[in-house]
Amino acid sequence: MPDIQSYTMNFGPQHPAAHGVLRLILEMEGEVIRRVDPHVGLLHRATEKLAENKPYNHSIGYMDRLDYVSMMCNEHAYVMAIEKLAGVTPPVRAQYIRVMFDELTRLSNHLLWLGAHGLDIGAMTVFLYAFREREDIMDIYEAVSGARMHATYYRPGGVYRDLPDQMPKYEHSKWRSKKEVDRLNANREGSLLDFIESFADNFPQRVAEYETLLTDNRIWKQRTVGIAEVSPERALQLGFTGPMLRGSGIEWDLRKKQPYEVYDQMDFDIPVGRNGDCYDRYLVRIEEMRQSARIIKQCVKWLRENPGPVMLDDPKIVPPRRADMKESMEALIHHFKLFTEGYVLPKGEVYAAIEQPKGEFGIYLVSDGANKPYRVKIRPAGFAHLSAMDEMLKGHMLADAVAVIGTLDIVFGEIDR
Amino acid sequence: MRFLRSYAKSLLLWELLLGMRLTLRHFFSPKVTIRYPEEKTPKSPRYRGMLVLRRYPSGEERCIACKLCEAVCPALAITIDSEMREDGTRRTTRYDIDAFKCIYCGFCEEACPVDAIVASRFTEFHFEERGQQIMTKDVMLAMGDKLEPQIAADRAIENQYR
Repeated sequence: MPDIQSYTMNFGPQHPAAHGVLRLILEMEGEVIRRVDPHVGLLHRATEKLAENKPYNHSIGYMDRLDYVSMMCNEHAYVMAIEKLAGVTPPVRAQYIRVMFDELTRLSNHLLWLGAHGLDIGAMTVFLYAFREREDIMDIYEAVSGARMHATYYRPGGVYRDLPDQMPKYEHSKWRSKKEVDRLNANREGSLLDFIESFADNFPQRVAEYETLLTDNRIWKQRTVGIAEVSPERALQLGFTGPMLRGSGIEWDLRKKQPYEVYDQMDFDIPVGRNGDCYDRYLVRIEEMRQSARIIKQCVKWLRENPGPVMLDDPKIVPPRRADMKESMEALIHHFKLFTEGYVLPKGEVYAAIEQPKGEFGIYLVSDGANKPYRVKIRPAGFAHLSAMDEMLKGHMLADAVAVIGTLDIVFGEIDR
Repeated sequence: MRFLRSYAKSLLLWELLLGMRLTLRHFFSPKVTIRYPEEKTPKSPRYRGMLVLRRYPSGEERCIACKLCEAVCPALAITIDSEMREDGTRRTTRYDIDAFKCIYCGFCEEACPVDAIVASRFTEFHFEERGQQIMTKDVMLAMGDKLEPQIAADRAIENQYR
């Protein structure tokens, strides 16, 4: 009778620690993992194919739903690809708004990652604190776009609307005294920019709180230090990007190496890890949050001083302003044209990539000269990271699988598309 | 000395105590949560909730069946049939939005040349029977009448940005 060495175990797809619909087939030897086989495709929604059947602008909303924790960054890559192909540049103010919201999105993504990663490993409190800050970011999203998550805010040629001059306020009710309501409204008295500034000013302090709870904590260290080490060479070979690559000690950040929008005018640093383990990647992301807060403050300062248009004045791509549309015949014709058949992009292909919170998120767009893309290829960061799961988990214990899923920061919306 | 200090810190669970102190501080600080449904978080004038149809102050429905919203809807959630009314104006005979298909992107509102279809602040809607998710013209007009003061106030603020 053959001696059975290993046995196979199923993990997910409905496991609370699987971050969505990840299914892993684990080949175990006792409690040690010998092989990991991630099964993907359970959240496949054919976004790429859907985009082929719609005018360009219609797919912006679908980009939000790819990586549904870094919504505006996905839009950004798509919108940038269209702009590149059309050969237009959005106004500077729109670029600053985009950079600011990309960074807010990065914070929102890293906060969710921190909370979920902590929760998976056993640190409950961080999750609650991280969501407290995330709520503010959701409010900012909502104030500017009208939706708390799926913003559909970026447009080819700029952003949909300028930043509002006032923040929505809490209303008085019999459940709360006036003093308490005033406390809730304290940072909502001014414009959205004031709210964002007060948020960015307070944020490093909040990060310090998370660090108090985690960084030196012995349980946290036991669960993360030395887990899933990736050498810099392997990280490059495996196609890692973003914090996964920087955690291994390679200083690669598209915001610095191939600056898009106005990132070349921003003053920020790229944190880099040393050992390439879960703990280093945690430190890298924590530091990234601080740097994002720095970028946001710079954007707020610039945006305050420089009012101006947020949309390009190009009637062939950008719909006319509403007041013009109601008055001028030509504007109305453009309005109807743009909202029925959209615009035509010249024949060609482009690749536009941005530094999304998870890594390099790219859109490869092929146009055959029609009003719809011939092909849209989405390059998600998470897919390459998930592919490396086997290598990262080999020889670790079963309990480390959860730590590794956490550190990968995977979201199935973008992996399965 | 340094070794001794780190050893003492480790032995006395120093970093755990620091964490505990933080949570204890938050235990006594004001709560950030609110008591939904009695209280609600504020919503901005741009909020994209339930889609409703509006009327002119005269009571005449705004929609002229230009079908821009139908064309622009990425999820194909809108279905419109139109006909000429007795007075010679073009009106919809059917205006359905499938609330399950709708992705609340707000493109229909953006496209509408007469501000007929708008996204309201209303989010707390539900359906009791299968088929009710297809919101008909009557349902949306009635809802629009109910929410008109808020909708009009929101548009008045937002018009400067659009």
